[in-house]
Amino acid sequence: MSEIIKHRQIVADEWRSVADDETVGTGPVIVSLARFLAEREALLARGEALGVRVPPDVRLDALAGDLPRLALIAVEFPVFKDGRGFSVARLLRERYGFHGEIRAVGDVLRDQLFFMERSGFDAFAVRPGKSLQDALAAFDEFSVTYQAAADDPRPLFRRRG
Amino acid sequence: MYQYDHYDQTLVDQRVAQFRGQVRRYLAGELSDDEFRPLRLMNGLYLQTHAYMLRIAVPYGVLASRQLRMLAHIARTYDRGYGHFTTRQNIQFNWPELERVPDILADLASVQMHAIQTSGNCIRNVTSDPLAGVADDELEDPRPWCEIIRQWSTLHPEFSFLPRKFKIAVSASKQDRAAVQVHDIGLYLVRGADGEVGFRVLVGGGLGRTPMIGQTIREFLPKQHLLSYLEAILRVYNQEGRRDNLYKSRIKILVKALGAAEFGRRVEVEWAQIRDSALQLEPAEIERIRAFFAAPAYAADAAADASFDAHLAADAAFATWVRRNVAGHRVAGYRNVFVSLKPFGRPPGDISAGQMEALADLADRYAGGKVHSTFTQNLLLTDVRQADVYPLWQALAALDLATPTIGTLADIIACPGLDYCSLANAESISVAKSLHARFDELDYLYDLGDLRLNISGCMNSCAHQHVGAIGILGVDKSGEQWYQITLGGSSGNVASLGDVIGPSVRHEDVADTIARVLEVYLEQREPDEPFLDTYRRIGMAPFKARVYGVPAKGRAGKEAAAHV
Ligand code: SF4
Repeated sequence: MSEIIKHRQIVADEWRSVADDETVGTGPVIVSLARFLAEREALLARGEALGVRVPPDVRLDALAGDLPRLALIAVEFPVFKDGRGFSVARLLRERYGFHGEIRAVGDVLRDQLFFMERSGFDAFAVRPGKSLQDALAAFDEFSVTYQAAADDPRPLFRRRG
Repeated sequence: MYQYDHYDQTLVDQRVAQFRGQVRRYLAGELSDDEFRPLRLMNGLYLQTHAYMLRIAVPYGVLASRQLRMLAHIARTYDRGYGHFTTRQNIQFNWPELERVPDILADLASVQMHAIQTSGNCIRNVTSDPLAGVADDELEDPRPWCEIIRQWSTLHPEFSFLPRKFKIAVSASKQDRAAVQVHDIGLYLVRGADGEVGFRVLVGGGLGRTPMIGQTIREFLPKQHLLSYLEAILRVYNQEGRRDNLYKSRIKILVKALGAAEFGRRVEVEWAQIRDSALQLEPAEIERIRAFFAAPAYAADAAADASFDAHLAADAAFATWVRRNVAGHRVAGYRNVFVSLKPFGRPPGDISAGQMEALADLADRYAGGKVHSTFTQNLLLTDVRQADVYPLWQALAALDLATPTIGTLADIIACPGLDYCSLANAESISVAKSLHARFDELDYLYDLGDLRLNISGCMNSCAHQHVGAIGILGVDKSGEQWYQITLGGSSGNVASLGDVIGPSVRHEDVADTIARVLEVYLEQREPDEPFLDTYRRIGMAPFKARVYGVPAKGRAGKEAAAHV
């Protein structure tokens, strides 16, 4: 079982990411958005934890009604410099009130984690080959932030004292 | 000027520590070149032809004298004794060693400076009017708004990995001196119907390969909504801007593809969701920031001084310099003094460590301890008592900082070009030198009047050649340096992009070509008509005919014509 960072800790990943042509089986699984939309009823009827993997250009309206029944949204980062996923996470948290796990998957590296966590991600599937221990340090690099974001709805000018 | 509190200072200090770690990880092989590249760029560190280049932020162009002294220290200790001011009011050092960059940043942090977001695909240094706070045509000081934007944009969690770089400019004066219309977002402070001050919001301006003038998407934005509106624009851009092609990823391409009306509609839809959030600025916060920019206590008797007029009458060289390099001040008895970084034959925008230190002393003595950088790559001392202008001029002249050519043809904006920049097609600095050598008579320059001439070494257009009344662009023709010339550009209130005059010309023919263009202007102008207005009135044809039609001196016309 692979390891991920969740809530700033290295943990075993309980989730299985299934490809579109793979049988779903039992246990918590993450399926693609396309598969979820195609097999929605059957997947939800399993009665087990379900996660959906969304591309960075996802239109969340398509998923809005189902969010309360999803335990996890995995947002894909095709390449490090693609920042669309940050907006996806903020909207999930701040606009759609999603309380489940938001996981960054794909080209996820230490130096995005601070921004990702602020945007609403709480789980990080760091790219294989990179040290998770090293990546953990990213969360402590800054103790000060200016903006309102998913981690705090108040910009610094409402917190300054 | 703005002073850091412990929040601002902590953030900058922690950024230094973070970057030190990133450099260490890179040098230890834990980060690949590809992984390190975006990290160093987000902190202003480029890899150029010969060395790294570090770009340091000068937020909206305001520098305290102690900061300028620190820049001198950095130039001396870590570089080759000089720095280079850019069109975005920042300063660059061309020869730092990677291992020592963290130390440079630590030195900068000790005087409340940094290199955060001076490069990379993020929100860059906000620029403004160099005369902000002292201009007589200004609605209010734009700098508090720049500072509010600076803080909001610094390490923004959502907008640090944008499709492409993102530039914002703010102007509050009748005359636009901040090139607002060629920025990704341009903000004009304006008075609304009810007399309240707010913003006119433009998007989609920019230069580069596909130059465009920004378009207004909101005529009036109440000022308390500034940040939520910016956030809405950035969110639409972050999600919908193209990421498949480097040259099509600026917001201007998205605005063009959707049309400004549709882009604006999407922004409004997004904004409606966040307008009343905690991003709304409270009067107390606006006042807190504004207080940092309060005007100094001006002396009531400053205008009583008679020495200024006496020196003007007695010293022709002084009078000449005052005419070109000194601007009016909104307070009687005070002046604003441009410090020229354009001595003849030197790279535009360069300044030595010694000049920086001496200038810092002059700023302390005569200008409230502040120096301002301008987008024309000069510096400016504000709030100078008129009685002090003469001794200041003498001191500046001794430092070679008083070339009396501000705003003239010789006040060339030029990028570093092939001498430093790995993206360049052609040299810029040597072209500027050739023009300085050719047009070195002050009377001729004064007769030409205001004339913006900008030279970029490639299509990235760092020197804004598209908005030069005369623009010169380096192009590569099978390994040779050629130059395309444009006429009629302006970044002023009536912004326009220059038109290409014709086939490009060789390096050695640039000065001749410009000379012919100027001949046409001098022949055709009406009394007191600036070059730009003459061009707009008579069009390209007469200029084109003179440059290409007559094969004078043979080479320029003929060979150029062969390279259509
Ligand atoms: S315009 Fe081109 S050559 Fe000049 S500095 Fe910019 S990228 Fe380099």
